[in-house]
Amino acid sequence: MQASTPLVTQDQPLSAEPLEGSCYHCGEPCQNTEIFLEEKEFCCEGCKMVYEILHEHDLCRYYQIDDNAGISLKGRRLEHYAYLDDPEVREKLLQYTDGEQSQVRFYLPQIHCASCIWLLENLYRLNEGVSRSEVNFTRKEVRISYLESQTSLRKVVELLSSIGYAPAINLGDVEKPKEKAVSKRLYFQLGVAGFAFGNIMLLSFPEYLGLKGEEDQFFQRLFGYANIVLAIPVLFFSGWDYIRSAALSLRHGHFNMDVPISLGILALFGRSVVDILMSGGAGFMDSLAGLVFFLLIGKWFQQKTFYHLAFDRDYRSYFPIAALVRDGHEERSVPVQKLEPGQTIIVRNGELIPADGLLLKGAARIDYSFVTGEAEPLAKQVGEKLFAGGRQMGERIELTLTKKVSQSYLTQLWNDAAFHKDGDFAAKRLADRVGRYFTFVILLISAVTLAYWIPRDGSIAFNAFTAVLIVACPCAVALAIPFTFGNSIRILAHNRFFLKNVFVLEALRSVQAIVFDKTGTLTGIQQAGIKYQGEPLSSQDRKAVQSLVRQSAHPASRQIDHWLGDTGEPSDVTDFEEITGKGVRGLVLGKRLKVGSGSFVQAPVSQGEGVFVEIDGKLLGRFETGNQYRNGLWEVMRDLKSKFQLYLLSGDNDRERERLEALFDDTKVLHFNQSPADKLNFVKELQAKGLKVCMIGDGLNDAGALRQSDVGIVLTENTNNFTPASDAILHAGQFDRLPDLLDFSRKNINLVYGAYGFAVVYNIIGLSFAVQGALSPVVAAILMPASSISMVFFGVLSSNWLAGRLNLRRWNDKNHPIV
Amino acid sequence: MKIILLLILISLLVALGFLVAFLWAVRSGQYEDEYTPSVRILLDDEPSSIQNDNPTNSKK
Repeated sequence: MQASTPLVTQDQPLSAEPLEGSCYHCGEPCQNTEIFLEEKEFCCEGCKMVYEILHEHDLCRYYQIDDNAGISLKGRRLEHYAYLDDPEVREKLLQYTDGEQSQVRFYLPQIHCASCIWLLENLYRLNEGVSRSEVNFTRKEVRISYLESQTSLRKVVELLSSIGYAPAINLGDVEKPKEKAVSKRLYFQLGVAGFAFGNIMLLSFPEYLGLKGEEDQFFQRLFGYANIVLAIPVLFFSGWDYIRSAALSLRHGHFNMDVPISLGILALFGRSVVDILMSGGAGFMDSLAGLVFFLLIGKWFQQKTFYHLAFDRDYRSYFPIAALVRDGHEERSVPVQKLEPGQTIIVRNGELIPADGLLLKGAARIDYSFVTGEAEPLAKQVGEKLFAGGRQMGERIELTLTKKVSQSYLTQLWNDAAFHKDGDFAAKRLADRVGRYFTFVILLISAVTLAYWIPRDGSIAFNAFTAVLIVACPCAVALAIPFTFGNSIRILAHNRFFLKNVFVLEALRSVQAIVFDKTGTLTGIQQAGIKYQGEPLSSQDRKAVQSLVRQSAHPASRQIDHWLGDTGEPSDVTDFEEITGKGVRGLVLGKRLKVGSGSFVQAPVSQGEGVFVEIDGKLLGRFETGNQYRNGLWEVMRDLKSKFQLYLLSGDNDRERERLEALFDDTKVLHFNQSPADKLNFVKELQAKGLKVCMIGDGLNDAGALRQSDVGIVLTENTNNFTPASDAILHAGQFDRLPDLLDFSRKNINLVYGAYGFAVVYNIIGLSFAVQGALSPVVAAILMPASSISMVFFGVLSSNWLAGRLNLRRWNDKNHPIV
Repeated sequence: MKIILLLILISLLVALGFLVAFLWAVRSGQYEDEYTPSVRILLDDEPSSIQNDNPTNSKK
């Protein structure tokens, strides 16, 4: 919903001791504000208000569980939740309702500590209508049941919002079908396979030790039949997916890794049934159950999902659910899907324009940075066209809609077919390529074995043939990737580089070109450290300064605006003047304000650099603005330049061309004024030249290019923010580690090759038994688990070793918990 | 020796019991959130005047 508002402080380490001058609620430094209550200091009115609410309801334990647990309310935009009273919206949001009791689930990106859990599960103490609330920390979700007779959805949401946990509600929540329950099938399969594995082992044990005598014969038969019974669910339930997938791939005429696996599974089962029923032998059921069990563990291990991240968002996740429509003098909330051309809507400060329209009233300053990449907001006059996706900065405006939401310029662009990339990973998957050769080699060896033995001994021929299929079953090969890559994506996640799945690692390996976005990727608007020094600003002054700087589009003005946070509705500015390269001045709330450079306000040189604030002729202080480019950018670029072709695509104009030229060493790779579609086409052109492209971007303006590229990486300041659809998400604070992270990802494949080396050794040993027809159940029962387990160790240890060599945090690094 | 039959039967039944317990645990969603319960259990209810006024509302 609010893509650019950093509400959560969790990405900065929280200090254990409350610092002098830090907010009692959120722990952020109180910069020249004097808000006190009961000797407790607060950084803003919002934080104080939350404290008052909690104090009143005797919920101050919140502050004892974790220090400064609160969520900073600085920069929070006031939300309007009237639309939640609309029955249609409500019906789509509610998970369940019987008219009396309702249940709803919200995504609260602010959840970050034990205090959050405690407070949210004590909601009933703040609102009697809430009968139950339960937090899921990993998903950052809260499930709330409430009584319709005592409260309403809107009241619950307003309550959450008032204590700093404003739920993220967006168009995606109501337009998309409700999320299905997570597949539990794998767990079931794993449980059944593990159960069968253990018991078959137990029943096979006497056989390993050797059974003789008449009574033993009886037990041998009995154990054999029991094993068949136990193995049936393993084959038809736990392992069935492999067989189905193999059959499917054969029908499409190509071999994937599941083909040799299925051959092995079927050979194991078939041979064992024949052995047990015909000759009273022991069979290989223990190997079968063990194989399926290990394969499923591998599958489970590589399916690491980061619940708090979403890799498949589209524009709907950024759009509001409802807009305020003006009917004569009446204002009412209308769900955005029901907006019709011709209606007049009101867009307030910080809100998103949901559909294309013409400006009717008010001074529009639209921030399209997220949509087009333009760094500076555009001023628009009455009568001009406004596009959906822009964010209004400043006073409230009214516009007449010209299009429906679904037909607006940008929504249409995103619905364009080009934006829907089909995953073509399947063709590229290493495991499947290996599987193809593997199948071929196995079939060859087994055919040769068969041809050799048939003229000599028919029964050995059958034994040797099935033994080849059993032993060659690529258990080790199939496990190498899940465990190596599975562990690697965990390591990367600890370094705050989140991959969508393990296949991204494979895709990264072949990348030859990297395309950068500028705004928000190479630069970070909010990241730039801005500090205020001087006399404290009263809340009146803060409001006045904010109203003034909002009139200006200069990046420094935007930083100051952001730093000041929420000071309420902006006031009118008269006599406004902007002197390029100097500053702005104007009359606000009866005061004459000047904000600008030292020479502009005639500050003494001793005061240093920065943006100075002068009110009614008195110099109050200055803002120190930091460098906008990301930390370590030069080093990152120097490193990447030696390995990849680098390109820059910026939606912005070229006023920083010189600086970027120095960075990229080349002017031909810089492209400015690129629309989202231009970016998409640029990536396509590179791909047409045969290059594998990695796109690194941040906003919706890059969404198309991100999807089109072979690997799309999104950079975000806060992993809880909404990010466009991508293959990987990198935390902006880790940008300087990008070369190492890429290096790690790309070298991973070497580890897999190493694991394959192991697998070949195992297969040679196993096959040397098998072709002679001498594979006994005991040998199989030792060889197969041994190869599986050694693969697990090799995969996990080798990727940890590689991470250590590249100085990355390792998965068992407890000092850096993954969030 | 025939007693082994009985023992095997019992061992299988016990194992089956655990399998059923596991499947039930998965079904009831115990593996969906592996973190929150570990925190929740450490947050005890402190005596509080307001809480005592609302005996009907029990903490989850």
